[in-house]
Amino acid sequence: MEVPILKQGAVLIATFQAALSDADLNHLRRGLVQQVVKHRSRGVIVDVTAMDVMDSFASRTLREIAHMIRLRGAETVIVGIQPEVAFAMVQLGLTLEGVATALDLEEGLAYLIQKFKSVE
Amino acid sequence: MAKRESSSKDLGTRNDQAVELTRSEAQSELLRELVAHLRQNRNQLREEWVGRISETRLLTAMTKEEIFAEATSVYDSYVEALETETFEALQAYARNLSERIIPRGVETHEVVGIVLLLRDVLARSLFAKYQTDFKKLNRILDAYEPAANRIANTVAVGFVQERERVIRQQQEAIRELSTPVLQVRERLLILPIIGVIDPQRARQLTEQLLRGIRTNRAKVVVIDITGVAAMDVTVANHLVQTVEASRLLGATVIVTGLSPEIAQTLVTIGVDLGKMNTVGDLQGGIEQAERLLGYKVVTLAEPR
Amino acid sequence: MAINSDQDIVAARQSGRALAAELGFSATDSTLIATAISELARNIVSYARKGEITVKTIPGSSRQGILVIASDDGPGIPDVLQAMRDGFSTSGSLGLGLPGVRRLMDEFQIASQPGRGTTVTVKKWKQ
Repeated sequence: MEVPILKQGAVLIATFQAALSDADLNHLRRGLVQQVVKHRSRGVIVDVTAMDVMDSFASRTLREIAHMIRLRGAETVIVGIQPEVAFAMVQLGLTLEGVATALDLEEGLAYLIQKFKSVE
Repeated sequence: MAKRESSSKDLGTRNDQAVELTRSEAQSELLRELVAHLRQNRNQLREEWVGRISETRLLTAMTKEEIFAEATSVYDSYVEALETETFEALQAYARNLSERIIPRGVETHEVVGIVLLLRDVLARSLFAKYQTDFKKLNRILDAYEPAANRIANTVAVGFVQERERVIRQQQEAIRELSTPVLQVRERLLILPIIGVIDPQRARQLTEQLLRGIRTNRAKVVVIDITGVAAMDVTVANHLVQTVEASRLLGATVIVTGLSPEIAQTLVTIGVDLGKMNTVGDLQGGIEQAERLLGYKVVTLAEPR
Repeated sequence: MAINSDQDIVAARQSGRALAAELGFSATDSTLIATAISELARNIVSYARKGEITVKTIPGSSRQGILVIASDDGPGIPDVLQAMRDGFSTSGSLGLGLPGVRRLMDEFQIASQPGRGTTVTVKKWKQ
């Protein structure tokens, strides 16, 4: 399953679907990092609104994505985690420590713009 | 009863079947006779029943007129159930009656009591009517007793179920009240927790808060636990999970009113209090929340 | 349902969520059940390569509930008690699998024999 990656100025937006397999997630991780390098993006928004389950693998992949993108000098923010999903995640001990989160796309963009400003 | 017996025919031979049918026919006949008797003597039997109800001091929360009106309806539904051998109408009536009398403080024993009284009044009248024909009396009672018991059961169960429904509803309401998620200003929620928290309430609290964050688009949440006297390890874990889950939705949590004992519990379970946003009292918490919100950029400029 | 690949993990959790929804579980509980199934299926794929997951209603009870059985013929777990402790992992993953699953569900049972395989049985009751 392809994950659409949208380029919006200096920001890349990746929108996750519900039924992503591990292979899809691995594919996405590579793809996103390549795109960040290619477009010299400053920020990445990963929109997980549609994901109804976030298990340990998906959660670890998100952390890795954020980490690798930071190594390339860009910021990542995860947006759209559903209340039930967040509840299940913390029960599993998956807290995405060190990764920025925001309510939705709009908030994620606001967060990144704020970040860009504070750097300038 | 009649219906059930006539449908069990494939178990026996043809002859048995014929006998069964006659017997159930006879039983239906008896029930018909019984119903006719109860209809004929409706006024007198109802009077007697109402008299017994007040003698026994049941339904004291209701006026005489009310008791009489309800007794009339119950009597008629009772006879109807005997006649049709269907209990749905009676069940619906019992539920409806319960709905009306539960708020007035009528107790389970009273409802069971009045139905049993009616059963007794009717049985006595059958004794009186058939006292010269003992055989017939026996057959009539054979037909009457199971139906009467089933009626008593239906009414009692209907009442208890309605009571349970009311209790559940009240519990739900109390729980809702005990975990209010308040929006004090745009993007700021306050969750004052008061009283005893058990794991079930803690979970409900978390779910309510997470939903509240989403619907109110909250960025900062102040959880005030000044009113929480003690917190065991399980509940302390819930608190930590609530803070973490809120962050996953993009909201910052400030915990206020942390007593030294609860702080100690948190440290014991390995919570790094330095990482948790804690402020002494609610007032201070709200001030810090407002400072946090003040940093928010409102304009959405086009990124370069 | 056979679990042989990461694709099957997705299918297993989707079928669990569908059954939970059918039984009238709340949105939160349905998510907890689907997440637990995902973790159990993942354990099968990463430790035993293949196995099986059964999701069904709990029979013979007046309460409604969901039963999930995850079984494999893999290498088994040498020290179950240790595996149930938070932070333990042999595959270099986050190592929160089994204790986490136990927290997501109401009842948890595990039987494992080294060299023979592992069976995890979990239940969740409707509130």
